[in-house]
Amino acid sequence: MIAILDYGSGNLRSAQRAFELASDEVIVTNDVKKCLEADGLVIPGVGAFAACMDQLVSAGGKEIIAARVAKSKPIFGICVGMQILFENSYEKQESTGLGLLEGEVSEILAPILPHMGWNTINVAQGSKLFAGVSEEHFYFVHSYAAKNPVFGAINSTCNYGEDFLAAVEIDFIVATQFHPEKSGAAGAKLISNWVGSL
Amino acid sequence: MTLAKRVIPCLDVAGGRVVKGVNFKDLVDAGDPVELAKKYGLEGADELTFLDISASIEERATTLEIVRRTAEQVFIPLTVGGGIRSAENVNELLRAGADKISINTAAIARPDLINEISDRFGNQVLVLSVDARRADTKSGFEVTTHGGRQSSGLDTLAWIEEGIRRGAGEILLNSMDADGTKSGFDIEMLKAVREISSVPVIASGGAGKISDFALAIEAGADAVLAASVFHFGNFTIKDVKKDLEKCGFSIRA
Repeated sequence: MIAILDYGSGNLRSAQRAFELASDEVIVTNDVKKCLEADGLVIPGVGAFAACMDQLVSAGGKEIIAARVAKSKPIFGICVGMQILFENSYEKQESTGLGLLEGEVSEILAPILPHMGWNTINVAQGSKLFAGVSEEHFYFVHSYAAKNPVFGAINSTCNYGEDFLAAVEIDFIVATQFHPEKSGAAGAKLISNWVGSL
Repeated sequence: MTLAKRVIPCLDVAGGRVVKGVNFKDLVDAGDPVELAKKYGLEGADELTFLDISASIEERATTLEIVRRTAEQVFIPLTVGGGIRSAENVNELLRAGADKISINTAAIARPDLINEISDRFGNQVLVLSVDARRADTKSGFEVTTHGGRQSSGLDTLAWIEEGIRRGAGEILLNSMDADGTKSGFDIEMLKAVREISSVPVIASGGAGKISDFALAIEAGADAVLAASVFHFGNFTIKDVKKDLEKCGFSIRA
């Protein structure tokens, strides 16, 4: 069973349906027990970093994620759901993240923001997530990103104005800056790669 | 690694159906929005846009249901515009499965709406749709309302700058002079808007030939949007993308 963490963040319906293409049971919930039982927990996120963190805390998501991490149970952060896994962000003001991944999130240096649309990925060697879809386009919509490779992780990058992390795979943590649930057939394959690894 | 130029079909919806006509007149039923959305998705649409042209509240209620059904079956970004008056309207649409929403007249009537939506959901959800035409204003382009029939008194470039400052994450630039003419996008206006816009710009209005799209991209558009040329089957999204690629632009195959 896959749980999508519901903490009031944007369009969860698409995420649910997209994961249902790969898994028999996908629920959208912030129920602690269900989130802990799930084979994989998806952490979505849109909007501003600080607002997302506030909503996550209000919905009890911080404790849920900490409990899964304590048991090394898989999590998958998407977009701002990836960003909040890092230590901090400099979006508008400095904000503290969950600190599960080393590094910080800052504004992309590019003349036109948000970075909006379909881009390709420089897939790192050994990536399981991108198996079969390393040459494909994925859908991005963001103005901030983590830029430094995470030590010990499989760091795949994208370039828009500068290089930044498009996806990180380390131990039981997977995170993508793009939206696999909005990335058509390529995204569906990537999701099925993750679900298959659980 | 280059960000692909986007090709976006726009579907006018009312009462749960796709309608098509010329300048909102002589509307004919053109089918189920979800089926058309799926078809466009398979043809390579990079995003979809629904424009709700419902005349009544009853008809409008069906739009949420269309958004729901589409988001369940089509896994590319979906923008919904038409009739959005509040941040709560936006919340409903996002919860139903929209990824972005577009506002037009309501933002002109009450510019704070831009801030309210952007502050709550982030600027990436907010497309500011601008119906512009040539006129005797500072930049030579003015903003219109009521489908181009009335002047809003706003200068196009000044309004776009204000919209971005208030939190618009993307500009949908509709040329009311070119709309329906099939004589190509308004290249001069696109260039003027590209110069002052720090957010992506979508060109709309005037597409008639396949080669029109590359000209809009060359003028600085990040994406191109069209309705009738796709609905009436003049050519497909794939045809447009092939031509863009031939002209040296990066596309998603």
